[in-house]
Amino acid sequence: MTAEQPTAAVTGPAGSGQATPPARRPEELRSLGQRLWHRLSVANETWTLLALIILMVFFTIREPGKFFTLDDFSLIAQNSSAYLVMAVGQTFVILTAGIDLSVGSVLVLAGVVTDLYCIHHGGANAGWGAIAVGSVLGMLTGAGCGALQGFLVAKAKIPPLIATLAGFGALSGVAYLITGGADFRTVPSRLVNTIGLGSIVGIPWLIVISFAVAIIFGLILAYTRFGRYTYAIGSSAEASRRAGIAVDLHLIKVYALSGWMAGIAGLLSLANFGSTTIAGHTTDNLTVITAVVLGGASLFGGRGSMLGTVIGVFIPEVLLTGLVILTINQYWQDVAIGVVLAAAVYLDQFRRRLRERH
Amino acid sequence: MADPLLEARSLTKNYGQVRALDGASFTVFPGEVVALIGDNGAGKSTLVKVLSGAIRPDSGQILIQGRQVHLTSPLNAREHGIETVYQDLALAPDLDAAANLHLGRELYLIPFLKVLNKAEMRRQAVVAFAELGIDLPDPSAPVASLSGGQRQSVAVARAVAFANNVIFMDEPTAALGVVQRGRVLDTVRRVRDRGVAVVLISHNMPEVLAVSDRIEVLRLGRRVARFQATQASVEDLVGAMTGAIVSEDEQPPGENGSPDSGTDTKTEAGHDR
Repeated sequence: MTAEQPTAAVTGPAGSGQATPPARRPEELRSLGQRLWHRLSVANETWTLLALIILMVFFTIREPGKFFTLDDFSLIAQNSSAYLVMAVGQTFVILTAGIDLSVGSVLVLAGVVTDLYCIHHGGANAGWGAIAVGSVLGMLTGAGCGALQGFLVAKAKIPPLIATLAGFGALSGVAYLITGGADFRTVPSRLVNTIGLGSIVGIPWLIVISFAVAIIFGLILAYTRFGRYTYAIGSSAEASRRAGIAVDLHLIKVYALSGWMAGIAGLLSLANFGSTTIAGHTTDNLTVITAVVLGGASLFGGRGSMLGTVIGVFIPEVLLTGLVILTINQYWQDVAIGVVLAAAVYLDQFRRRLRERH
Repeated sequence: MADPLLEARSLTKNYGQVRALDGASFTVFPGEVVALIGDNGAGKSTLVKVLSGAIRPDSGQILIQGRQVHLTSPLNAREHGIETVYQDLALAPDLDAAANLHLGRELYLIPFLKVLNKAEMRRQAVVAFAELGIDLPDPSAPVASLSGGQRQSVAVARAVAFANNVIFMDEPTAALGVVQRGRVLDTVRRVRDRGVAVVLISHNMPEVLAVSDRIEVLRLGRRVARFQATQASVEDLVGAMTGAIVSEDEQPPGENGSPDSGTDTKTEAGHDR
């Protein structure tokens, strides 16, 4: 019943309201081009994409024929697949003005749980049934860990930085306890040979899965209520609360989503490396957060997009590949990314201040 | 006069030792602008929060169109047709005006998947703004990039678009310049002319007299006076607010009021800012 009221209230006097817009039409059309240009020039993705294109063009010109090959891109996309999936979840978290430092540990723990189940149900010869059950368990582990951290943030009011730092340490500890400190190296060969190393219609599974995840959740972010509330909460939690949004529950869902994404990344990593790689993901959180911020998301919440995040994931990888091809010391990548990251956040601050001065 | 649209009877609210509302009553008639005034600490904000469902009173009754209701949340108050324009506007600065207008009340293209109908929400927003004579150059710009007056307009338009009984406006002109102030007051009158009652909380006495039909005065958590705007002067209002004039049926606060008044001020200050 209440859902009907707004429509009635707003459309009721539409007669008087609609009389004005047509009169303004030509003026609106004239400025449409300008407005589009204005919108593009202030959109963070535009600049990030420009940076990525400049990088690629630069490397291609410097070493024609070596860079810009399909193989390079395929390799970059495969190497980045786990990062991309985690960055998808991190985008939602950062848009709520939060942060998730635990992703690497959740990735490892989810992989360990999945593999633990598979080892007891066929080991290297485990069938698809066992792999499926193990994968679901891994993803549930991830989502559960995320939800728990979300609870700490939303209900216990622990700052996200601390709640997920605690998760980062504790969940890694749990993974070490389960494995006894040594990686599981018995991974179902079916999983490794398809998801890890195989392709479908010529495209590696890792790329298919990671991009499918990015597209699906990009659409959810841009076009659904879940996405809208994510932006709203990051923009002003108090305003959202007063608008009747269940802010705490939404935050828990967002952290659960990030955990779930880390769980999927754990499966990809397990399949790709044929090992639980428990010691290999301590800096994943920094890589992923860097990607999201490079992609134009504001650490203060409310601003950012999935397209930006996808671009942000590939900038460091393209840079690294380019430096390797140019035989420049690859550690310059770390230096360059550090500088760019600081610049990106400064720019965001600057724009925020500029906007609020209105 | 017609039957009251919204009526509060003897509301009390304590915050620990602090008595914010001490048997406060308040009446709103259909289609009027009624100003709720009082000194800092008189309990205005608490009363508004109670009547907009944000906090629950310790005792007392709330009646809407003569029927007793229990407002459990702002959402619940909205279902009764009560909207509130908060002092700090409660807009999401990164969302555009249309998104803010429908925040928490989105329209869907595919309800099952909660896919938003952005075009329809934008269309309704443009209509809602036009109806109030609000001119937004670009309805898809984030509200953070709007001027203070435009932001205020968005907040008011949101309340107007959904309210069908009462709108509470807490200091709607406090942060505005002269021109914008005039526009908001015009909006208040326009809303009233649509048949929605407006409760205006304000410190600005000339403004209160200019725009309201009636005025109710709160002091130390109680209603102490009621005026018809045409028959009141600024001196009358100030007198009632400060306790110099006691003209209302209700008794002035008892002698135990003295410890209250000191602490009361603190509560109000904490809630106001």
